Amino acid sequence: MKTYENTGNKDTRSGFGAGLTELGQTNENVVALCADLIGSLKMDAFKANHPERFYQVGIAEANMIGIAAGLTIGGKIPFTGTFANFSTGRVYDQIRQSVAYSGKNVKICASHAGITLGEDGATHQILEDIGLMKMLPGMTVINTCDYNQTKAATLAIAEHNGPVYLRFGRPKVANFTSENQKFEIGKAIKLTEGSDITIVATGHLVWEALEASKALHQEGISAEVINIHTIKPLDDKAILESVSKTGCVVTAEEHNYLGGLGESVSRVLVKNNPLPQEFVATNDTFGESGTPTQLMDKYGLNSKAIVKAAKKAIKRK
Amino acid sequence: MPNIQELKNLTIQVRRDILRMVHKVNSGHPGGSLGCAEFFVALYQDIMNRKDHFEMDGIGEDLFFLSNGHISPVYYSVLARSGYFPVDELNTFRLIDSRLQGHPTTHEGLEGVRIASGSLGQGMSVAIGAAEAKKLNGDSHLIYSLHGDGELQEGQNWEAIMYAAAKKVDNLISTIDLNGKQIDGSTDDVLPMGSIKQKFEAFGWIVIDIEEGNSIEAILQGMAEAKSKTGHGKPVCVLLKTEMGNGVDFMMHTHAWHGKAPNDEQLEIALIQNAETLGDY
Repeated sequence: MKTYENTGNKDTRSGFGAGLTELGQTNENVVALCADLIGSLKMDAFKANHPERFYQVGIAEANMIGIAAGLTIGGKIPFTGTFANFSTGRVYDQIRQSVAYSGKNVKICASHAGITLGEDGATHQILEDIGLMKMLPGMTVINTCDYNQTKAATLAIAEHNGPVYLRFGRPKVANFTSENQKFEIGKAIKLTEGSDITIVATGHLVWEALEASKALHQEGISAEVINIHTIKPLDDKAILESVSKTGCVVTAEEHNYLGGLGESVSRVLVKNNPLPQEFVATNDTFGESGTPTQLMDKYGLNSKAIVKAAKKAIKRK
Repeated sequence: MPNIQELKNLTIQVRRDILRMVHKVNSGHPGGSLGCAEFFVALYQDIMNRKDHFEMDGIGEDLFFLSNGHISPVYYSVLARSGYFPVDELNTFRLIDSRLQGHPTTHEGLEGVRIASGSLGQGMSVAIGAAEAKKLNGDSHLIYSLHGDGELQEGQNWEAIMYAAAKKVDNLISTIDLNGKQIDGSTDDVLPMGSIKQKFEAFGWIVIDIEEGNSIEAILQGMAEAKSKTGHGKPVCVLLKTEMGNGVDFMMHTHAWHGKAPNDEQLEIALIQNAETLGDY
């Protein structure tokens, strides 16, 4: 089976920062806004290089979203940056009316998503943001898996005309996708070929899915791992092609099972090819303080949990 | 540019449009719409330097953002009568498949509208963004916005008010429709806001009062003064004192017509008080 090498742990938010820095040089219409989290979002370089195109709005996320919507009216491509919780739940109505319904070309870039934010605890660990964002008509929802992919996605969304939610995280995780990849919005990436189980994973769980596929391989189970970086629009075709071969699926995400990737995949299966599915996701709960590794273990969001879910799905075939 | 009498005639016609639009569908917001009829007419026919056709980016012209979107009837009437879309389309207000939604939106591609509004408190932030884009584009045109006084109870406004002063957004003229009324009663009964003027000044804005906000002459004068204050490192606020329901005697001095349409008989009386000038749609 195909294996992937971790070229060294890196945080996905730094991938965003690198992408934004590059966009600053290549696209003069790109502007960036931040609500007092420049360091956390890795927006320092953009700010230093293009102070005239950078807006520090202070701790005022609602205003930030509105200003971003207004900037598009002069032909700008605004990238907003704050934590995922403050990028979505806190400003849902502002995004709904001023961005999504108004069809504005705003890129909502959200770091520290999910439980791997760690020690700050549940107030900051949003596990509902994918659901919130995917329900908005016209919103593209992307959750990248590593540094390289996050950088590539950041570059790609500047070329896409329409509102985008780009979700990434805080901790340093395996960096294993290719360095200068071309990111295609809405196009799933098949990472391994397999015949017994399809594992559809997003974000930090993609590497865990690869680790799970290795463990399953040891036990003679052949897993096909699909990297679903785009949750909306979902690559229905790639999922259906894979499950028609494997006959069952595990979805894996750092998000509540209600409203997340798993439910989107369920919809595709139910409408086209109803097959057993197991969910690796949080179980309708808030998070808590702890290290990312401890939390992923406690909340069942690692390769071990994926292996267990895969076996369960296979049994249900 | 139209003379004062022509602006007054247009205002009367706009009042008729508002009344007939909300009457036909027995819904909508006539009170605030009537109160701001003179302001919209003056803005679109005189004050703003705008192109005669619609481009979403609005580069090279003044732009207007309506934050209190529920007064869509006056907005639609003035947009149509300023040439953005056919006046006959006012006939479709709030009907199924119409571009004239209950609250303004870009979703159906209605010319003249650049942002959806209705959920209150968001328009000033958007106006600031558009003003910042003008600065980046080296475009010296101005951004105008309108907000209800009750709407200032929404917290996002104060984020925006703080930002605009701090970041010297001095190409922005935000007007507050100071009619002292909101759905549940007078603003002083619902949530007294103290001195709005002092609040804006304390945040670092230049504040211009227009005491007679239903007088075309007073509006032209006040807005000219507001314009003269732009470009001096501070955002400009206009406090426009209006009478909700202005021009229809039984709709004035009450908040009852905030979101209520007249019945057949009431419409007839209201229209008699505002005889046709430029022709009904």
